[in-house]
Amino acid sequence: MADDSTAPASAGAEALRPAKSVVSAFFDFFGLKTIQLNNDLGALAIFFFRSFFMIFRIKAIPEILQQIYFIGARSVQIVVLVGFFTGMVLGLQLYHVLVKFGSVGVLGTAISLTLIREMGPVLAAIMITARAGSAMTAEIGIQRISEQIDALTTMRIDPLGFLISPRIAAAIISFPILTAFFDLIGIIGAWVSACLLLGVNSGSYFYRVVASTQMEDIRGGFIKAIVFGLLIVTICCFQGFFTHMRTDSYGAKSVSLSTTSAVVISCVMILISDYVVTSFLL
Amino acid sequence: MDTRREPIIEFKGVSKSFGDRNILDRIDFSIYEGEVTTLIGLSGTGKSVTLKHIIGMLKPDEGQILFRGKPIDRMSKSEWNAYIGQISYMFQNNALFDSMTVFENVALPLKYTTKLKKKEIEQKAMARIEQTELTEVADKYPSEISGGMQKRAALARALVTDPNIVLFDEPTTGQDPIRKNAILSMVADYQKRFGFTALLISHEIPDVYFISNRILALYDRKIVFQGTPEDFEAFDHPFRQELISSLENLGQELTGLYSRRQFKVRYQSDLSQRQADASYAAAVFAIDDLDAIADTLGHDAAQQIIRALGSYINKHFGAVGGFSSRQTINEYATVLPYSDIEEAERIMENFTRDFKEHGIQDYAGLEIIEIPAEGDRPTTFPEGRIQFSVLAGLAQGKPQIEIESVMEFARFNQKEIARFECARGGKA
Repeated sequence: MADDSTAPASAGAEALRPAKSVVSAFFDFFGLKTIQLNNDLGALAIFFFRSFFMIFRIKAIPEILQQIYFIGARSVQIVVLVGFFTGMVLGLQLYHVLVKFGSVGVLGTAISLTLIREMGPVLAAIMITARAGSAMTAEIGIQRISEQIDALTTMRIDPLGFLISPRIAAAIISFPILTAFFDLIGIIGAWVSACLLLGVNSGSYFYRVVASTQMEDIRGGFIKAIVFGLLIVTICCFQGFFTHMRTDSYGAKSVSLSTTSAVVISCVMILISDYVVTSFLL
Repeated sequence: MDTRREPIIEFKGVSKSFGDRNILDRIDFSIYEGEVTTLIGLSGTGKSVTLKHIIGMLKPDEGQILFRGKPIDRMSKSEWNAYIGQISYMFQNNALFDSMTVFENVALPLKYTTKLKKKEIEQKAMARIEQTELTEVADKYPSEISGGMQKRAALARALVTDPNIVLFDEPTTGQDPIRKNAILSMVADYQKRFGFTALLISHEIPDVYFISNRILALYDRKIVFQGTPEDFEAFDHPFRQELISSLENLGQELTGLYSRRQFKVRYQSDLSQRQADASYAAAVFAIDDLDAIADTLGHDAAQQIIRALGSYINKHFGAVGGFSSRQTINEYATVLPYSDIEEAERIMENFTRDFKEHGIQDYAGLEIIEIPAEGDRPTTFPEGRIQFSVLAGLAQGKPQIEIESVMEFARFNQKEIARFECARGGKA
């Protein structure tokens, strides 16, 4: 009955409302999205800075070591494996390109600069996102929906300091080391495919690798690794930490969606920030 | 509302909505220091929301929450820290960290919020773990222990900082009847021992009456009752029809025992039709020193023993037309409406004989044997072993006499009818 009695009134109100033009609908939609993006970026920045400044506490050290083990040591295998085959493919491809121009001698240069400047930091970061970033989002998301994070608040333990800061510190330490592993193993992988399998001279290859690699290249690669590390950890932890605020799902489903979002956004941000950092470095 | 005492926490006109949905509508209530206050209400009516306001996890849209007369939203940072440092919160689903052991969970608040040394933290955490009977599982993860143990671990964590106020959000959810009573009894026991103020959300009616000093009833977004459990039993409101009666009936179906309210109703309906000179008998049973049993053998064992007594009383006296009810945490009352005192004595003799033989059986790692009730019961026992007595008293009543007076006589007449020795791991 209540629905019947209110129906004519709401229909009348609907009729009185001016029809939206396509232009205003367009601005409504993009305006709303811009405001949401602005809010999210603001929240992300606050989340990062509050967590970052809580790294510097003695009580955080055991947690940081634990996270270095999880993000760093436990990711070595996958980084080594991917690095080795990436190097092998690079060696193979570049050999077939360079042999046409009679420039096989510069293979070592091409391999080392490609890996150290670009492919090492980017691929290592993507691999760590897939392995550790997704796990971080899922773990923190589950802690959120099972009220473990609320329990920390009630115990007067700052959840950002307890859960996020150690991960940020561990990322700052682990990402450059894993990137260095990736670069090194990639160079070895390329040596296997180019020198052992295709007959390029090993001495010439390693001479070019050493001669063409400058300290600036290594520094640039490490800067990228740190930037990617901070981005990945912040995005993944943010997605997990606010998994309960999602409006598209609840409970376990929201954790799974947050994990997917964290991986996708992290990968996209790695590529975007790679361009931005490279443009500053060059 | 008690106007003579100053409440420790007071809600004044607190309202809360989530989106369009109004959860709390200008609620007012008080919590007094050193008391156990129980908040009851239908599911989804905002009980947990109310609790979360106290700890600052939610902020009211309207109204104020006062701590010792001071609005918590106007506290300075140091005042807020001092306030929040006095409160512990036990979550409905325990909220234990599943990647930490029981010990690590219990030690967590001490590790991060105090300046205690590692050794002191270990000692304090282990003391609470021992008190909550979790020593054997201290190095296990929450997923490796039972639901009851998880509850106790959460309780140990809530109590490890020696809080002044403990908020329990449905601590008995998902537990079997024995464990439910064991948890409530544990809450009451710790509250007595440590003297904290407890605010409890529970549906365990009537069991919560035994441990609560005050009851708050949340119904239709408002606090419709606040007062003593005794007053609540006489509370006439639609809330009772919707929640209390259904829970009481469920309890009756499960145990066969009446609630105190139903016991009184049955008493009045049975005895009002009798002639004024007709007589009936009432018996009051109790387990002597239930706290000592809980201390020695654990709350689960104590609850198992008290329930076994209740179940046997109901079975035995129900067969001869009697009806029974649990009156306090360790006391049962039975009315034999058609028996005079001589007949009641004969029934009691039969009951005593049967109860000694079959009344209390061995239970989960405990061996319980009946021993002769001769001389005074010893007061000290080897570790993990205890003796306890079952007391019973009879009195004769008349329909015009208040049941409470008859029961008081029965209590006065109580004597030891059976004695048992109980030990862990079959040492009795």
